[in-house]
Amino acid sequence: MKKRKLLALTLAVSITAATLLSGCGSSSSGGENGQVVVYNWGEYIDPEAIAMFEEETGIEVIYDEFETNEMMYPKVEAGATQYDVVCPSDYMIQKMIDNDLLMQLDFSKLPNATEHIGEQYWEQSRQFDTDNMYSVPYCWGTVGILYNKTMVDEPVTSWSILWDEKYKDNILMQDSVRDAFMVALKLNGNSMNTTNEAELEAAKEALIEQKPLVQAYVIDQVRDKMIGGEAAIGVIYSGEAIYTQRENPDLEYVIPEEGTNIWIDSWVIPKNAQNAENAHKFIDFMCRPDIALMNFEYITYSTPNVTAQSMIEDDDIRNSSIAFPDLSQYTNLETYSYLGEEGDALYNALWKEVKSY
Amino acid sequence: MKTFFKRFYIAIIFIFLYAPIATLIILSFNKSKTRSKWGGFTLNWYISLFEDETILQALWNTLLIAVLSSLIAVVIGTAACIAMQSMSKKMRTVFMGITNIPMLNADIVTGISLMLLYISFGIRFGFSTILLSHITFNIPYVILSVMPRMKQLNPHTYEAALDLGASHIQAFFKVVFPEILPGIMTGFLMAFTMSLDDFIITHFTKGAGIDTLSTKIYSEVRKGIKPEMYALSTIIFITVIVLLFVINVSGKKSSQNTKNKAQR
Amino acid sequence: MNKKKLLATPYLFWSVMFIIIPLCMIFYYGFTDKTGAFTLENITAIASAEHFKALWLSILLSLISTVICLLLAYPLAMILANMNVNQNSFIVVIFILPMWMNFLLRTLAWQTLLEKTGVINNILSFLHLPTLNIINTPYAIVLGMVYNFLPFMVLPLYNALVKIDKNVINAAKDLGANPVQTFTKITFPLSLPGVISGITMVFVPALTTFVISTLLGGSKVLLIGNVIEQEFTQTGNWYLGSGLSIVLMIFIIISMILSAIFDKDREGALL
Repeated sequence: MKKRKLLALTLAVSITAATLLSGCGSSSSGGENGQVVVYNWGEYIDPEAIAMFEEETGIEVIYDEFETNEMMYPKVEAGATQYDVVCPSDYMIQKMIDNDLLMQLDFSKLPNATEHIGEQYWEQSRQFDTDNMYSVPYCWGTVGILYNKTMVDEPVTSWSILWDEKYKDNILMQDSVRDAFMVALKLNGNSMNTTNEAELEAAKEALIEQKPLVQAYVIDQVRDKMIGGEAAIGVIYSGEAIYTQRENPDLEYVIPEEGTNIWIDSWVIPKNAQNAENAHKFIDFMCRPDIALMNFEYITYSTPNVTAQSMIEDDDIRNSSIAFPDLSQYTNLETYSYLGEEGDALYNALWKEVKSY
Repeated sequence: MKTFFKRFYIAIIFIFLYAPIATLIILSFNKSKTRSKWGGFTLNWYISLFEDETILQALWNTLLIAVLSSLIAVVIGTAACIAMQSMSKKMRTVFMGITNIPMLNADIVTGISLMLLYISFGIRFGFSTILLSHITFNIPYVILSVMPRMKQLNPHTYEAALDLGASHIQAFFKVVFPEILPGIMTGFLMAFTMSLDDFIITHFTKGAGIDTLSTKIYSEVRKGIKPEMYALSTIIFITVIVLLFVINVSGKKSSQNTKNKAQR
Repeated sequence: MNKKKLLATPYLFWSVMFIIIPLCMIFYYGFTDKTGAFTLENITAIASAEHFKALWLSILLSLISTVICLLLAYPLAMILANMNVNQNSFIVVIFILPMWMNFLLRTLAWQTLLEKTGVINNILSFLHLPTLNIINTPYAIVLGMVYNFLPFMVLPLYNALVKIDKNVINAAKDLGANPVQTFTKITFPLSLPGVISGITMVFVPALTTFVISTLLGGSKVLLIGNVIEQEFTQTGNWYLGSGLSIVLMIFIIISMILSAIFDKDREGALL
């Protein structure tokens, strides 16, 4: 008994000592010009860019990450943590505008945004932010099929390959309601923003039929699994595709002919923000071409910053049809819109049926 | 033959328990960033680990929360045990019932209920909310470790000490405390380990810009774990092993004389 | 003596503040809808086909895991309990030790081991043996549960067994009991408190996990823990999430009552 006591004590003491040592120097002090609380997707920014912002402006950045739009929303709504800058996706921005959670941006404080963000992205943003008053585009992309050339020898052009028996146990699907239904709805030739019950029912049936063929429903693990050759085909965001190709050249990305989701993640400022002034500074800083380029190279998600696009040194990437596809070549591209509470509930109920089947 | 089977059985269980850990250690030397590919031997992740401030910060948070929450839980829990000793059986049952709630409740329910509490009271999520939550689920481990010791205690020794002129505090620290110390230590160690290993409750009660190792790893699962994380786990693991070994070896000599006593 | 009771004040305050009130909040959400009106809908939602199936699967998988844990841990705890005292603390700590390696990392390591192109399959195919395809199936989830919760079974069992007076067992042998009789009549009944607390400590976390089913089940198997987690983090329907949590709580309370019937004096059977 005595031994155990001694053991516990020594463990505790040594661990405490180790922490005290390692913790030195990492205590943060508030910036001289106040702070800005940023709420962004995980791994969605170059940490160097944050450090540069802090150094240049003297504003301390408090940085937090979320995993899904749906996880972010209640936290911002409840206001337990008052975020100053948030980066939600299209349909979620619409929901936040509808529910009066967002502040109108003062574009006189965002010269870089107006100058460097391409017109087509503002145009696209109007689908969820009608007068471009609330959001500044940060990243955009498509959703498509990533496949391994050594495991798939036929040409991949359609979502229907995800229903091909040949690839049983070799298919990775997205584990989120809207993305999974998007695939099935597009396959059936419907709009991915439909709330028509018959269309959704058909999509559900398709997903249930597909389930035995699916190896796993994953979110971003699709990246790791495809690189490792764990699966032949996966549904993936275009931003991830560039990274995976770099790691494993056998991988190829296509936008299926039935059309897909074209999405935008944008910076917004919540109404209850405490540091709106600093928030504008942060957003404008992120729109500076050199910073946008840095972020693009780090996260490999397409930037809407046209000046930054032209500054990309690698020709292959600058002209990449994955990062910057010529959208006029594709038909049936859509952006998610907010479906209202009832629409959401319907999708969620059907998705639960698929998952528990 | 019998001892062979025993050894064999223990060995099998050990392999089962330690195979994933060995995997993690091997991965920490893998040159390739991807889990499923071996790209050759490297020590780079150990170097970059010490340059990665977010991981070190998460480590610091994790350990600080574990130490603070288990210490506070030990104080509150032990005090509660002493008080419970002098309670009626009915009261004690009520108290033990409350103690069992966080033990038996699903982590996810505990985490969510605390999140709802902080939100409705407008408490800002951050270090303090994690700490409060960890203390909450740590106290039961302390009580459940100290209580059995407390029950074994002979109440007359305490009274004898009082009769011999000791004050209440003196009597407690001279008579009761040494007897329940092993229980307190087990409780502390359990609480510390639980705090270190918790993910779910922290996940629901953490705030902006603060991460423990668990939540950091969870957000990395989405994007692929940084190999630095494997390196860090390896270091933690090896440190603990070495400590155990040192204690065991140094303890061997001193324990020779206590051995006879212990075997009773 | 009354002064002593004051020592319970911090704990009393703490439990009211951080255990009772939060529970009340769950009950509040569970019994109301978005407009704040009273409803039983969130509770009765468990009867819907998807939720019921998820609950049923959770119960099934966690029962299987608990039984496997018990079968693995009991012989182990017996061996450990009969060992030399000095080695004991060391060996017991060895069983807690894996918990110092992060829970998520350990589970993820199993993914690396079990994957189609994973470590185990590489070894098997090197030896020209058939490959093991259990990743993303309920089997992998059970494996993950057994792995993660085995120490919770070993420790209480060990503590119960080590407390048994050797003289009692020797007496039984002297009186002519064979090893099987000694076990069923003496050892096992005396270790029952440990068995009960081990079972609860494995069953409860296994019943409610959502991480293991996500990482090792490839999200193809929906457990009740996943449903609740998704209601809070993805769907944003806290009312339904709370309602289902209450149902889960009821199940746990039932298992608590059952174990109380078996063991009247279970205070502090943990360690």
